[in-house]
Amino acid sequence: MAESQAILQTTDVVETNERSLFRKLIRNRFAAFGLFIMLLLILTAIFAPVIATHSPDKMNVTKTLLGIGAEGHLLGTDNYGRDIFSRLVYGARISILVGLGAVLFGAVIGSLLGVIAGYFGGKFDSIIMRIMDGLSAFPFILLAITLMSVLGQGLMNVIIAIGIGNIPGFARVVRGQVLSVKQSEYIEVTRSLGAKHSRIIFHHILPNSIAPLIVYATMSIAGAIISEASLSFLGLGVQPPTASWGSMLQDGKNFLVLNPHMATIPGLAILITVVGINLFGDGLRDALDPKMKV
Amino acid sequence: MSNELLKVENLEVQFKSGSTVTKAVNGVSFTLNRKENIGIVGESGSGKSVTATSLLRLIPTPPGNISGGKILFEGKDLLTLSDKEMRDIRGNDISMIFQDPLTSLNPVFSVGDQIMESIKLHQKVSKKEAKQKAIQMLQLVGIPAPEKRLNMYPHEFSGGMRQRVMIAIALSCNPKLLIADEPTTALDVTVQAQILELMKKLQDEFNTSIIMITHDLGVVWEICHKVLVMYAGNVIEYGTVEEIHDQPMHPYTWGLLDSQITESVEDHEMLTTIPGSPPDLRQEIKGCPFAPRCSYARDICFSKAPEMVEVKEKHFVACHFQTKETRLNRKERSTHVRAVVKS
Amino acid sequence: MGKYILGRILNMIPTLLIVAIIIFLITRMLPGNPAAVMLGPQASAAEIEALTEKLGLNDPLYIQFFDYIGNLLQGDLGNSLTYNMPIIDLIMERFPNTVILAASALLIAIIVGVPAGIIAARKQNSIFDYAFTTFSLMGVSMPIFWLGIMLVLFFSVNLGWFPATGMGSMDEGIGNFISHLILPSIALATIPTAQFARITRSSMLEVISQDYVKTARSKGLHEFFVICKHAFKNALTPLLTVLGLQISSMLGGAVLTETIFSWPGIGLLIIDAIGKRDFVVVQNMVIFIALIYVVVNLLVDISYKVVNPRIKYGKGGTN
Repeated sequence: MAESQAILQTTDVVETNERSLFRKLIRNRFAAFGLFIMLLLILTAIFAPVIATHSPDKMNVTKTLLGIGAEGHLLGTDNYGRDIFSRLVYGARISILVGLGAVLFGAVIGSLLGVIAGYFGGKFDSIIMRIMDGLSAFPFILLAITLMSVLGQGLMNVIIAIGIGNIPGFARVVRGQVLSVKQSEYIEVTRSLGAKHSRIIFHHILPNSIAPLIVYATMSIAGAIISEASLSFLGLGVQPPTASWGSMLQDGKNFLVLNPHMATIPGLAILITVVGINLFGDGLRDALDPKMKV
Repeated sequence: MSNELLKVENLEVQFKSGSTVTKAVNGVSFTLNRKENIGIVGESGSGKSVTATSLLRLIPTPPGNISGGKILFEGKDLLTLSDKEMRDIRGNDISMIFQDPLTSLNPVFSVGDQIMESIKLHQKVSKKEAKQKAIQMLQLVGIPAPEKRLNMYPHEFSGGMRQRVMIAIALSCNPKLLIADEPTTALDVTVQAQILELMKKLQDEFNTSIIMITHDLGVVWEICHKVLVMYAGNVIEYGTVEEIHDQPMHPYTWGLLDSQITESVEDHEMLTTIPGSPPDLRQEIKGCPFAPRCSYARDICFSKAPEMVEVKEKHFVACHFQTKETRLNRKERSTHVRAVVKS
Repeated sequence: MGKYILGRILNMIPTLLIVAIIIFLITRMLPGNPAAVMLGPQASAAEIEALTEKLGLNDPLYIQFFDYIGNLLQGDLGNSLTYNMPIIDLIMERFPNTVILAASALLIAIIVGVPAGIIAARKQNSIFDYAFTTFSLMGVSMPIFWLGIMLVLFFSVNLGWFPATGMGSMDEGIGNFISHLILPSIALATIPTAQFARITRSSMLEVISQDYVKTARSKGLHEFFVICKHAFKNALTPLLTVLGLQISSMLGGAVLTETIFSWPGIGLLIIDAIGKRDFVVVQNMVIFIALIYVVVNLLVDISYKVVNPRIKYGKGGTN
């Protein structure tokens, strides 16, 4: 009885913490707006087949470059006669998949490297961090471009290419956290009690690094979405005819005179998405810890 | 030349934040003659610092705002001057030193640059002359090897040294008035005494008047001629040092005097505190602001604000029971004495 | 100070070496024979074999690697087959164009971003501050290739004010040169402008209420100097960090901006070389860019000291 009550109490505490975090986010109008955009994007991606009015890849040579609203095409058609609205809806899937996938990839590998570097220090630290320095010694996008030119087009390759670029950032954030947590007294106590390295890392250090990690990951999703669009725009992204906002922009670039909205609309979609994620990330940081430097 | 240097009349300062207005200073008046020093005393939040900063019109606006009164400096009302005219006075006729010497010097400029800046701003001198003057000032405030020290940065100086540099900056243009906002509070006790000594010495040399903002009455007895006791934005007692020292009249002043550390008791210092805390200045105060904490308070104190009365020559008090006709008998100290063990 | 710089220069070597290894590994991940890929499907077996031999691709991987590192250490970047010239000449031809574009964009970013950030900090919570926050957020979130296209659409296609692509030659007059430079510079400047503005605002907010700012005012200094001299110099360190990152990333070839505006810099060269599958060029360009990165980084670290006398450089560094 007493035990179950204790458990109840602890869950209570956790719940109120989460609730107050959520409340803080909602009260921050900008963060709430960002959250709204992110949810909208996720729902669009999930229900793309329901929302889309046409098949995104179906060409129709008799109906190319239609204007907005013409012949049942909400946002017109592109140079192949494909429905722009439907491509936009399906493009959200690519953005979400790459955004989440690449960040997850970078976060898992980067955190692991960061933990090893920070926890064990010494040689591990200098070798790992040197490699991270090397990886970030040229523009992020250039690394992704070079990787893509070797790997070839495709969704999985885009995720890997952008994911690799995300590794150094996560490694640094986690390493910094580990270094600061490692010094704290309770870790020393735990260690003196004979806890294993893995236990200390997974039960004590990682949970303490989670807040900055989440904020950093949120911000990185925005960067990954822009990178995917950039790669697809350069023809180094997903395989055509898969609809991606970047490749739609690339197509639209050639029809600026005839059909300017073909280029305008996918760009707006990217901009709004990224603004939304950044707003949410800012709000999250402020709600978790305003002093956090990420 | 009139002997009166500064006359402050009914100064009011407010801070606005949203719809709440904080009346930080509520009708402060005093006069200061040439070569005379006045101490403004009170707890933190009493409005003494705001008063001092307002004299140079340096309170951040918004949210701050000097909402009433006059500041007559050599007969001119500073509140009517243009920004340009005001800047000509700052650092030149009136200068200021602040509480924390660790933060009041700019960390990214050399000490010499910071002294010369004032000189070049207000005096028509060449760069070389400014440098000579800066070296001379450093020497005056007792910094050894000033030529060498000139090129060093604040972080290479100790706290006491930095306050000496601040004094050098403040006095570099021979100001007529020096406002010192708790200049010794952040310093070690031994350094405090040195800085006070220095200020006294330089005042004689420069013929400067000093407004000393402090919560330490010891400092006041040391160098001031007049005292202004502030509480919750109001002046509650004002007079010559002799008067206030020998015959303090306001119960709050009594409290302040009692809470001074008595040096004679060594390990178990007796420290009195005034029970309670100052009122919330965002709310309208009815009656005497000190009434809730005053052990002598009666009904009238809570309903009617006392007037400032000149109870004796050069001694003003704002208390219903301290007038020309009535006198309050000061209770024994022990009524609200608390023993504090110094660790 | 001298010791510190020397130490930092020695420190650059392992970083560059790791970059070389990473790039070497990436290009060798290429499936199939790079020579065949480079020559395209029409090439004969003999041609492919000749090129394979010439590129040293028949040697074991570690021999290839040491050859490659050996050449790098001698400053020999090799020849490009598709461009028919030494890669070092190719870089010397294209890099100045990248520098011009980067310098122009940087100038815009500093002139617009920094004052905007200072004003926003001074007028915190004013309408200007809110507008500023909105614009700077949009700026940092901007997909610049889209912005570039929109600039072309509006200023070239619709208004016809500026040419859409290419770089103007000085021979045809400075006007022609500048009109080609304007749109790509604006596109490239957008993100740095927004970043400078945001970082300036937040670091100014931190210093603006400091005591030494009050001291400067009490001296009778004009508010402009109080803010722009006393406060700003203290707010400079974070700005320098971002500035360094932006400079190195812009000098490292603004791949997207250069592609959209067909600006003949090193970014466009890389995309070009990828299109031609000339991996020798790609490989060496990336190393060149990494070199720029570490050098700019070093310069930024040195400039911290100039800005902030409190910074001391570690072990034995006298300053």
